[in-house]
Amino acid sequence: MAPAVFLLLVWMLVPLSMTVWFSLRSYLPLRGGDQGFVGLENFVRFVSSSAFWPSIVTTLMIVGGALLISIVFGILLAILLDQPMWGQGVVRILVIAPFFVMPTVSALVWKNMFMDPVNGLFAHLWRFFGADPVVWLSEMPIFALVVIVSWQWLPFATLILLTAIQSLDGEQMEAAEMDGAGPLSRFFYLTLPHLSRAITIVILIQTIFLLAVFAEIFVTTGGAFGTRTLTYLIYQRVLESQNVGLGSAGGVYAIILANIIALFLMRIVGKNLDR
Amino acid sequence: MFFKAALRTSTALALCVSATAAFAESHAPTITIATVNNGDMIRMQGYTDQFTEETGINVEWVTLEENVLRQRVTTDITTNGGQFDIMTIGMYETPIWGANGWLVPLDGLSEEYNVDDLLPAMRAGLSHDGTLYAAPFYGESSMIMYRTDLMDAAGLEMPEAPTWQFIREAAAAMDDPENGVNGVCLRGKPGWGEGGAFITVTGNSFGARWFDEDWNAQFDQPEWAEALNFYVSLMNDYGPDGYENNGFTENLNLFNQGLCGMWIDATVAASFVTNPEDSTVADSVGFALAPNSEGVDRRANWLWAWALAIPAGTQQEDAAMQFIEWATSTDYIELVAENEGWANVPPGARTSLYENPNYQDVPFAQMTLDSILAADPTNPTVDPVPYVGIQFVAIPEFAGIATEVSQEFAAAYAGQISVEEALENAQAITNEAMEAAGYR
Amino acid sequence: MARAVTSRRKALNTTLAWLVGFLIFFPILWTILTSFKTEADAIANPPVFLFFDWTLENYEVVQERSNYMRFLWNSIFIAGGSTILGLLVAIPAAWSMAFVPSRRTKDILLWMLSTKMLPAVGVLYPIYLLCIQLGVLDNRYALVVILMLINLPIIVWMLYTYFREIPGEILEAARMDGASLKDELLYVLTPMAIPGIASTLLLNFILAWNEAFWTLNLTAVDAAPLTAFIASYSSPEGLFFAKLSAASTMAIAPILILGWFSQKQLVRGLTFGAVK
Repeated sequence: MAPAVFLLLVWMLVPLSMTVWFSLRSYLPLRGGDQGFVGLENFVRFVSSSAFWPSIVTTLMIVGGALLISIVFGILLAILLDQPMWGQGVVRILVIAPFFVMPTVSALVWKNMFMDPVNGLFAHLWRFFGADPVVWLSEMPIFALVVIVSWQWLPFATLILLTAIQSLDGEQMEAAEMDGAGPLSRFFYLTLPHLSRAITIVILIQTIFLLAVFAEIFVTTGGAFGTRTLTYLIYQRVLESQNVGLGSAGGVYAIILANIIALFLMRIVGKNLDR
Repeated sequence: MFFKAALRTSTALALCVSATAAFAESHAPTITIATVNNGDMIRMQGYTDQFTEETGINVEWVTLEENVLRQRVTTDITTNGGQFDIMTIGMYETPIWGANGWLVPLDGLSEEYNVDDLLPAMRAGLSHDGTLYAAPFYGESSMIMYRTDLMDAAGLEMPEAPTWQFIREAAAAMDDPENGVNGVCLRGKPGWGEGGAFITVTGNSFGARWFDEDWNAQFDQPEWAEALNFYVSLMNDYGPDGYENNGFTENLNLFNQGLCGMWIDATVAASFVTNPEDSTVADSVGFALAPNSEGVDRRANWLWAWALAIPAGTQQEDAAMQFIEWATSTDYIELVAENEGWANVPPGARTSLYENPNYQDVPFAQMTLDSILAADPTNPTVDPVPYVGIQFVAIPEFAGIATEVSQEFAAAYAGQISVEEALENAQAITNEAMEAAGYR
Repeated sequence: MARAVTSRRKALNTTLAWLVGFLIFFPILWTILTSFKTEADAIANPPVFLFFDWTLENYEVVQERSNYMRFLWNSIFIAGGSTILGLLVAIPAAWSMAFVPSRRTKDILLWMLSTKMLPAVGVLYPIYLLCIQLGVLDNRYALVVILMLINLPIIVWMLYTYFREIPGEILEAARMDGASLKDELLYVLTPMAIPGIASTLLLNFILAWNEAFWTLNLTAVDAAPLTAFIASYSSPEGLFFAKLSAASTMAIAPILILGWFSQKQLVRGLTFGAVK
């Protein structure tokens, strides 16, 4: 196990210790770089900024929302794709395609070609039905972002859940059907328990990626209208305000948040994996 | 160990590769240029071969969209990364970087380059302490573009130099929701260079300013309340839905589709809206000076230039200097004019261009020049200020502050908070950041 | 009777699945269609679906402006290199974790995964300075190493969960037959693990291909991959949807094609231990 773990250790420790180091200093690139040791000032300033707590809430909302959508729709899609049909292979290809698209590209496409309140396809659709077009990015910005992010991650969830469903014991299903169990009770008493491991895996893996969502926000709202996540706030401090010390303090907080979530997740996953 | 060894091996490999490459081309220097992906720069890339033919210098282009470019070159210049021999930067970065000694002073430009031909406003904005640090490739101000046909139909006539009050009247007259036509389209998109720039010049034209002479934020002053309230009510009444998301590009699309009566934005937009290939209203566009509020002695004119600068420490200073002289010369302008017509030459950099009778036939030439001349970066507001810059404040902290402030304003445009709340938040954000930076 | 019901149900399933598939795929389809329009058609009001003047103009412009092949080659090199290097490092690690688990194995795995959550931008300056010191800015090999390290936790995790599904008795049997550790790894374990390794490889390749922070910030000319290619077409002054669509289509086409051809492998191994 040594080389891989050792590499990770180095990778983890070099940037981490650099982050911690800079977080204790006043490092302002545009003012000539390192201005010296400032103690915990950056940490205090980062938390006391009015943007801090809202950014945590926004982060949790986006991660939670995208998880909810990709799991609920992922299960429905997986069940649908598991049914006998013509052209299953082609449909599966269509469904997994969004996973291959770069986040920047998908955000640009959604923003300009779908959600634009004048030229977007949604606006045309709304007007066709006589409704007032919704200004997605400012009227329901979090929902809009969740939609974009979910579109990218739904294929991943669907694939894992589909693999799990395919391993479901067909005889058990038939037996339950014979016994007169309806589709709903079969779903709740057989399918769902069988999927619980797959669901925890999806939650775990996707949380890791969703916490780091950046390009989608950068391209669409630029952090305005209450879409500033913790990751985005750190970006603003480091690159827009050019205050590396302050941003690094934010980085330390992000690691703490990530570890809290990780610990919480691992509890569930660990339990589920040990079964 | 492994990590370092891997990096070392890869470095050694890379050095071998690049050494071979360097050997092969040792007689021909290569310069790397970072630039923004706007039309004039793309056109310049097309003529690079001519430059290489004339000088034997090879050119590698790194073309990026504005936000990514800014982040990329800033990281490189502040860490002395040495990735680029020429950087395309704006009027905001140049004086700050020049003051830090990060740019090569452009005082060795040749006689025939004729540095005195640069428009004085552009030259001043790209200098620090009288030394030029970046050569303007093209420059712009802001002006009103309006639909002559709609103005005629409304029975109004656009003055050369209208007021905001007239703009409101004209917007009311041209607004036609039935047909999707908005009276006026303006930028609201968050970001210091987008909606932030626009609301700052709007503030200037109502007599407002960012800071007083002791660097106290001024958002608690009545001028700002007046400016912001005017803008919000104008846009809510006669602007497009979701204008809080609209920047330059979004408004350009709307105007080209014939959905705006008026649009106040960068002068370079004139060549897009009058180009029949892109615009459905190309033959009915008029131009006027950016407005002021009645009785205020400043107009909503900004001043910007995309300019070429040489980072200090480059190995290719001479070759870079040669390229800059070529790209920002009158010869280059003539080269483009010959091949693509006068309307497509990079505007706003040189006095001689506006004295050229061929260029005076271009419909938006005179108004562009007048707009640039109406802008004075050293004296941008009615009340005195401690800073240089019109739509920005040339201090390193500004980009971060103004982006956050513009986000608060955009929340007010979207109706999420009131104008008063937005101004209060802006005041708090700005003062907090200025205190942290040690100004107050 | 029974057959008729099944067939009707099958038709219903098919219709529904195709509809959903079409909806999910639609944004990509729309991008591809837009890439064949003129800039004016791309923002036409109302939008045009199929009946416009199809043009290759955008592809010509993109071809003329950028050295697509260089960006493409860099993407292949970086994504491929980091994937292969990652597998070389991760296979032994995951193998020992799965078959010689220690008390701490689970903790190490958890901790490895949590390193994935470190926000990239927070360490931009430190890493940039480090790269300057080592002289590896704008260097493909450096990016291979960095992307490998970024995705290593996922690789190790995926392989670990997959290896754990391989029954231990087989190994014991092999050992009884006198197989050495090397034989065990080469002739027993690897063949059984191929599907898991294949899908790990594919997933990692996709992730590395789409990584857009480090590949943009640490490159200039020599090492710039397709993410930088995209950044030169998004949001200039002026109209850009059609050209951006063409560039996007060119950037995602290779990975889309790869994904479609290999989707069976991707699906088969993408279990993360969720199937027992």
